Amino acid sequence: MPIDASSTSDVAAGLAANGYLADEGLVTAVFLSLSLGRPLFLEGEAGVGKTELAKTIARWQGTELIRLQCYEGIDAAQAVYDWDYSRQLLHLRAAEATGEARTTNTADLEGQLYDERFLLKRALLRAIDHGTGPAPVLLIDEIDRADDEFEAYLLEVLSDFQVTVPEIGTFKATTPPIVILTSNRTRDVHDALKRRCLYHWVEHPTFDREVSIVHLRVPEASEVLTRQVAGAVEALRGISLYKPPGVAETIDWATALGRLGVTEIDETVIEQTLGTVLKYREDQNRVRDHGIAGIVQHAFERGLLHG
Amino acid sequence: MSFTLESDAERLAVAFSRVLRSLEIPAPLDSVLTFMNALSLVGITERSSVYWAARATLVRRPEDIDSFDRAFAVFWEHKESPYAPDEEVQHITLALDSDEEDGAADGNAEASDEPSITLRFSGVETLSNKDFADYTDDEMKQAQRFMESLRLAGAPRPSLRHTPTRSRGRRPDMRATVRASLAAGGEPMRRKWTTPSVKPRRIIFLLDVSGSMEPYARALVRFVHAGVAGRQKVEAFTLGTRLTRVTRELSSKDPDRALRATGEQVRDWSGGTRLGETLRLFNDQWGVRGMARGAIVVILSDGWDRGDPEVLAEQMQRLHRVSFRTVWVNPLKVTPGYAPLARGMAAALPYVDEFVEGHSLDALVHLTKVINHA
Repeated sequence: MPIDASSTSDVAAGLAANGYLADEGLVTAVFLSLSLGRPLFLEGEAGVGKTELAKTIARWQGTELIRLQCYEGIDAAQAVYDWDYSRQLLHLRAAEATGEARTTNTADLEGQLYDERFLLKRALLRAIDHGTGPAPVLLIDEIDRADDEFEAYLLEVLSDFQVTVPEIGTFKATTPPIVILTSNRTRDVHDALKRRCLYHWVEHPTFDREVSIVHLRVPEASEVLTRQVAGAVEALRGISLYKPPGVAETIDWATALGRLGVTEIDETVIEQTLGTVLKYREDQNRVRDHGIAGIVQHAFERGLLHG
Repeated sequence: MSFTLESDAERLAVAFSRVLRSLEIPAPLDSVLTFMNALSLVGITERSSVYWAARATLVRRPEDIDSFDRAFAVFWEHKESPYAPDEEVQHITLALDSDEEDGAADGNAEASDEPSITLRFSGVETLSNKDFADYTDDEMKQAQRFMESLRLAGAPRPSLRHTPTRSRGRRPDMRATVRASLAAGGEPMRRKWTTPSVKPRRIIFLLDVSGSMEPYARALVRFVHAGVAGRQKVEAFTLGTRLTRVTRELSSKDPDRALRATGEQVRDWSGGTRLGETLRLFNDQWGVRGMARGAIVVILSDGWDRGDPEVLAEQMQRLHRVSFRTVWVNPLKVTPGYAPLARGMAAALPYVDEFVEGHSLDALVHLTKVINHA
């Protein structure tokens, strides 16, 4: 169990020190996940910082981040373990060439072949069989892309934190890994899996939090520009877009504007850099129809308040 | 865990989970136990700590957050009733009732432009091509049994998963080859192969439940139920003035229970139509995000839309871009002299791959073929 997380404020401070500003709900969920040893299931729009959270926890705890990117058709050979077939075949050929194959019986030969040294450990097994050091962070990313069969398998692994390799035996975690699952909700993940986990729906940040996040991540952007960018993004989220910009886009945008040497946004600048925030042609058109001037105005009002 | 509730935290956890269950948010025992443990960590004095601990342990779907918030406010502030005061919820039973009862007068006003079919006696016609609008309750029951016998299986597509094959496949199966070579003293004599397996495509039903569809929606919801209950990869939504996902409600094998649950869930039954808007919601929240990708999307609607046809056309185009095939089932198509005059229908047609009837059992048999066809 991690040492420096005895209260929610420790978690908030630890995450902030590593560049992640979480709101109270997320902080509580992380704190409970760490202290109860339960996986944390994060859902939310793309770009609200789900994956980033796992990376931050790993940095903060000073442990390894093991990432399993899910995709359709992922199976045990890619997620848990596989055998190193070419080395197995080489071993067999060597045994044959030295005449060992004729003197050893098949069972012994089989025993040599399915030895741990020929085992290729994939993400799940590595997270469980991590040795004696601090528990790693296991990020199971976009679980909604995997299929039902894989989900069922995952349920088993996350219940007992153990993996059985029929030819060798059972691997059990000395200390369970810190598990973060993310989903973009393209389909419903099975309830049984969610029940193993703590659940948090990640929202877009409030204006003030977003300003602080941009400050933290893009320190070179000026106070006024930071507030204006956050204000413009806030205005964009108010228009009904296919894909409202997430925090990731806000950070990208602020970085891009900083790189261009922009100190204050105006209509031309927004027009030129809209592609860093909106990735659908329809959304860009909608913003132009809605009027970029309105967004600039909102951004200016937001930029002025305390600036 | 002791069997008597000792601490305040435990009492609080149990009491709150009761409130949740009364609002039909599932609060299974293991989650309540986790909630108790969570409370012992964060304490029970701060409202926000208790709130977030409860949300992390007891809520599992974003749809439930609103009811959860209400329940929590009531519970924490000891208000009177945990029920939402805002909108009067009308529970409409979908089970066999009321041919004539119609909720929305305005929905009908639109529909009345269409020649209404008034064949009341079915002596000549067999049930198989009888119009759903003229069904008696008994006939509806018979039809339901027939619909359950229709096997929906989305057209197959190659999966990324491989399965072993006896003949020469696409990829060598190293695991089995090494196994087999043990018997041959280490010589990989018999090579084994795998080949991509096939999976059925996901089927998504979007059922229009507006007033003008009322006579047909009653029957079509049964068809959708047969599909959802029969297989795993079927999703169902209703479209009206709002979008409602009814996959969970319809997944019960018992048709009466499934239909009752659906009736309770769908609040805009026989209301107006905003096809374009609700389709947009579907695309944003589910379809384009992944659910409709490579899927067979079946829209069951008469195409009467009160909204802007431009919106409907744009949303149909989005949907068509990601789906494998878009099927539009229009029960009015069979009406003599029917041309897709409804503005919505006309706007949507360019993005429809198959435009079929849906007024009778025969039509549904044909629809099943269209869906299953590769």
